[in-house]
This record gives sequence, C-alpha cells and structure tokens, in this order.
Amino acid sequence: MSATAAPQDPASIRTAARSKDISLWRRFLLRPEVGAVFGAIIVWGVFASLAWNRGFVSWRGAATYLEVAAQLGILAVAVALLMIAGEFDLSVGSMIGACSVIAALVPSEFGVSVWWGVLAALVFALVMGFLNGLVVIRTGLPSFIVTLASLFIIRGVTVGVTRLITGRTQVGGLQKLPGFDTAAAVFATDIPFMGAAFPISIVWWLVVAAVGTWVLMRTRFGNWIFAVGGNAVAARMVGVPVDRVKISLFMTTAVAAWLVAMIEITNSRSADVLRGEQREFYAIIAAVIGGVLLTGGYGTVIGAVLGALIYGMVRQGVVFAGIDADWVSAVLGAMLLIAVLVNRYVRQRALGVRG
Amino acid sequence: MSQATTTNSSTRPLPPPGSELLALDNASKYFGTVIALEDVSMDLLAGEVHALLGDNGAGKSTLIKILSGVYQPDKGRYLVEGQEVHFTSPRDALARGIATVYQDLAMIPLMGISRNFFLGQEPTKGFGPFRRFDLERANEITREELHKMGIEIRDPEHAVGSLSGGERQSVAIARAVYFGARVLILDEPTAALGVKEAAVVLRYIAQARARGLGVIFITHNVHHAYPIADRFTILNRGRSYGTFDKKDVTREEVVQMMAGGEALEELGNELEEFARRDAEVDSARRNEAAQTEAAMARGFKREGIEAERESPAPN
Repeated sequence: MSATAAPQDPASIRTAARSKDISLWRRFLLRPEVGAVFGAIIVWGVFASLAWNRGFVSWRGAATYLEVAAQLGILAVAVALLMIAGEFDLSVGSMIGACSVIAALVPSEFGVSVWWGVLAALVFALVMGFLNGLVVIRTGLPSFIVTLASLFIIRGVTVGVTRLITGRTQVGGLQKLPGFDTAAAVFATDIPFMGAAFPISIVWWLVVAAVGTWVLMRTRFGNWIFAVGGNAVAARMVGVPVDRVKISLFMTTAVAAWLVAMIEITNSRSADVLRGEQREFYAIIAAVIGGVLLTGGYGTVIGAVLGALIYGMVRQGVVFAGIDADWVSAVLGAMLLIAVLVNRYVRQRALGVRG
Repeated sequence: MSQATTTNSSTRPLPPPGSELLALDNASKYFGTVIALEDVSMDLLAGEVHALLGDNGAGKSTLIKILSGVYQPDKGRYLVEGQEVHFTSPRDALARGIATVYQDLAMIPLMGISRNFFLGQEPTKGFGPFRRFDLERANEITREELHKMGIEIRDPEHAVGSLSGGERQSVAIARAVYFGARVLILDEPTAALGVKEAAVVLRYIAQARARGLGVIFITHNVHHAYPIADRFTILNRGRSYGTFDKKDVTREEVVQMMAGGEALEELGNELEEFARRDAEVDSARRNEAAQTEAAMARGFKREGIEAERESPAPN
C-alpha cells in the first residue's frame, strides 16, 4: 500500500511537529532573560512579604523603586547592547560625572541657556564614545582595559578642570540659570498616576528599552550586533561592518550616560564630579543578571531592563523593609553569582535543543 | 534592495552541465623560497563534484586560496568560464559566484539559523528609520531552502549550535547556493564528522551537483570523497599527480597516490566499514541522475538514509 511509503498529509505532520516545539512556554524557557523574569518575581515577592505593610506594595512604593531602576536601566540597556557585541564600557561611570559637570559649567560660566550645556555634554559624550571605540579597534586591546583607562582619565580630568574653574568639585544652584525650567520639564518632571508621582525618568527608561530591543531584535544592525559578539571574524567574512557596529555601540553607551547625567542634575539642581561612581559595575551586573553573556553574542535588552528592575527593588526594598542598606551590595553580589549559574544552564539548554 | 547588490550572480542562469566553470592553467605559488604549488592544472565542470585530495602539506590550502581569491598565482593562469581573472579578494570571487565554505568559520553557534543564513544580506521591509529586518521572510526562506536540501527544521530561530556538525555544514552550503553560488569550494566539509554525519553532508553535496553547480571538495579523507566525486585531482608536496576520472581509478590507487602507499595497510579495516556507506551513496547517485529532486529524496528514503529522521518526504 502506498500509504506507508508516503504519508498522506506531510504538511500537517510537519506543522504538528513544529507547534509541539514552538509551544510558547517552552520558547519562553529558552530565552536568555528567563532567569531574570523569575528573579524579579522572587525579589518582588520577598520584599512584598517583608514590607507589605510599609508601602512596598503600593503605587508610591513602585514609583520609588522604578525611579532607581530607571536611572540604572537606561545605562544597562546600552551596556547590554555593547556587551552582546562583545565589548565592555567601564567609562560610563565617569562619563556621567563629566557630562553633568559640563552641562552645569557651560551655562553657569558663560551665562547661556542650560540647553547649551546639555548640548555640549552630548557632543562630549559622542566624541568620547567614538574615541573609546576607535582605540579599542585600532589597538586591538581588550575594551575592558581601554575603558578602564578612560574611566580614570575622564574622572581625573573632570575633577581637575572643575576645581581649576570653580575652586570646588560641585556646581550648585542650577535652578537659577536660564532655560533650567524647560530642561527640568524634559528630564525631571513627575507624572501623577494612581495617586503617586512617577518621575519622567521611568518614561525615558521605557523609551530607551523599547528602541533598544527593537534595534536588537528587528533590524539588520541588531543582527550584526549578535554576529559581531558571536564571532567577529566570521561576521566580517560575510560583509558585516564590524568596526562601525562596535564604534556606534560605544557611542550609544556614552549617550546613555549623558541622558542619566541630565536626569540627575535636573533632579538635584546641582552637578558633582563624582556622580556615577561605580555605576559601570551596576550596569554590567544588571545586564548579566538579565542573561547577557559576558563573552558576547548572546542576551536581550529585556533582560537588562529586568536586571535594573531587580536592582531597584533590592535597593529600595531594604529601605521599606527597615533593613540596613549596607546589605544591598552583598545581596546584589550573591544574585549576580546565582544569575550567572542560572543563565549558563539556560544557554546550554538553548543549544542542546535540536533544531 | 539589499539582496540585489550582493547576489548579482544569482540572476545569471547556470551553464549547461559539463561546461567549464573554472580552470587553473599551470599555476604556481611560492612563499619566499618555499614552493607551495608548482605547475598545477585543474578544471571544474558544471554539475560535477571534483575532489581535491592530498595529505597535510600537499598544497590543498594554497590551491583553494587561489581559487577563492585570497592569493593570486605567481605563475600560470586562472580562468573563470573561459575568461582569465585576477581576483584581489574573496569578494571578487564571490561576485563571480565562487563561494567557499570553511569548516569552522561557517556559522555563529549562538545565533538563530535564519539569522545566520541571512547574516550580512538581511532582507528588509519598511522605509527610512523604520526599515527593519524581515525576520518572517528570512525564516520562511531559510525553512524552504533547507527543505529543498532535505533538512527539516522545526524552528528557524533556534540556535545554530543546536544543529549537528553535519547539519551546520549543510546550512552553510544551502546559504551559499541560495546567494547565487555557481562554484562551491568546500574545505574539509566532513573532517570533524562521524560516518553518519558525513553521509548527511555528502547528500547535500549531491543535491548541489544535481542543481548544476560545480563543487570542489577538498579533503584528506579518500573514503568521504570517493563515493561522491566524479573526478579526482591528487596533490602531493605541491605538485599534481593529475586529474582522474572515477572509472579510471580505484579507491586503493587514489590512496596510494596520496600517501605514497605507506598508510595503505592501516586503512584496510576502515575500507570495509566504508564499503557499505559507499554502496548506499552510489545507488543514491544513480537515482539522482535520472530523477527530479523530489524523486531523489524518495530514493534516499528507500535507501534508508532518511530512516532515522522523523520528517516526512517532500511532496
């Protein structure tokens, strides 16, 4: 009988075999950020039970930890993209300090609008990001070393120059400068929602995350980011502009640092050369908790967003729970280690499943 | 369209089987005082698999680097479809439809299959800042192209690393074919593979040949090359022993020429093991010569090569 030689309806069998494998749940379990999803739920659950009567589980509570998460999250999205492309940027911490001081000094020293300071800081960030990328590509040195150097150089020069000009390391009274009100409206407004005040930085975070994930998952450039981090030689052989991809991502992290700096100075109405200290590490921690592979080629923007959310919940959660904030670092360190182990397991499963 | 700029050769029809795709005419290559290749001639016809055999250091790598545009010969001529060419980069060769698939550089394991397939040549839709990677179309084409080669994938977005070595190699071949390759240069495509896995790759090589492409199959493993190849060119210490038709030379003679006979005895046992595989691929080969691709796929099924796969025969 011919029925045994050829199945009557091969298409339906194929579809069945496919849908079996593409069941949403299984697909979800293979995504890089799956560990961070569960991590976020667990962290929320822990603090919700520890501090449910102290306001953690309220819109106001959400607004406080989302604000913390947003300021790190903007940075973490850009850092994650760069890490997926196989590079580090440790200079973002001092970039925040430098951008905030530039944005404050330009209007206060020259008597121009704050917006000129904002623009000058943006140009500075773009140039420094470009230089970071250029040095990494031209020298072939690990970006870890190159940006560790620029972390110190930028911080040192920022402190030195600021003290030379003002005699201090802080610039205050920004609210008296022309154009501050509009700048604050863009970077530091509160949006009332459900009886709580949600800072506009959360909106910036969501916009940055949406653009970042769209670029990574849905554009040619995103495909190149994965390829450059996965195997730069193979990528170059099929015509991917490896250098251009990397340099633009170094510029992206610098611009993310600029955005964070603008949000911070408009909120605090002052600039400080030491702003952003250690932020480079927190951004990397958020990305790694979110499932980004340290050696590149693997990860998602959503993961970095969740990593930042976890950071925000831990940082503010201990305050709500009345725990000494000294413990935050220990918790984050432990979570980082657990996350790396979980993510390695997820990745091995993703590779182990037969196509 | 991004595709049009990179796959210009795909629009040209393939020459009829048996016509010359490329030829090397007394090519030599020297590195300082080292003679890498001396007076080597070979040609490749459309619709044939031409095995390039030689032990390590025989000059195989140098020869493929000349063919794929990495090196230029110091002496001799290189002709593509009758015209002399002077390639200065692999891109020049690619533009003429000469694609090289290297074993280890073929794929990025952590990326999805379709993302790998279209890497560097991604189809896009939309305009201006909203121009985006048309992943749906990429998935569809990837699935279709692999289906044509007899690989059924469940999810084109699964990581390439989840494929076996042989399947990975096959995806790389499918990609080269899709993007308009007329000549496939396969560098040790079966080197790291087991017998079963190697058979999978050999089947796709047969597919490419059935489509009328010319395939240069570089290997030091006669047993993988002998069943599939139509002709053999044997290199030894930078020189060619010549090109032989399969009907004029036995496997043992090929081995002897490659190794000078020393390795022959150790290979005795291996030969027996491969004889079985040999028969399968040979009969598959006969089917394919007479029948269409679909009929051939059924032929493989009958031969049992397909037996371990759960996927149905293409209709």
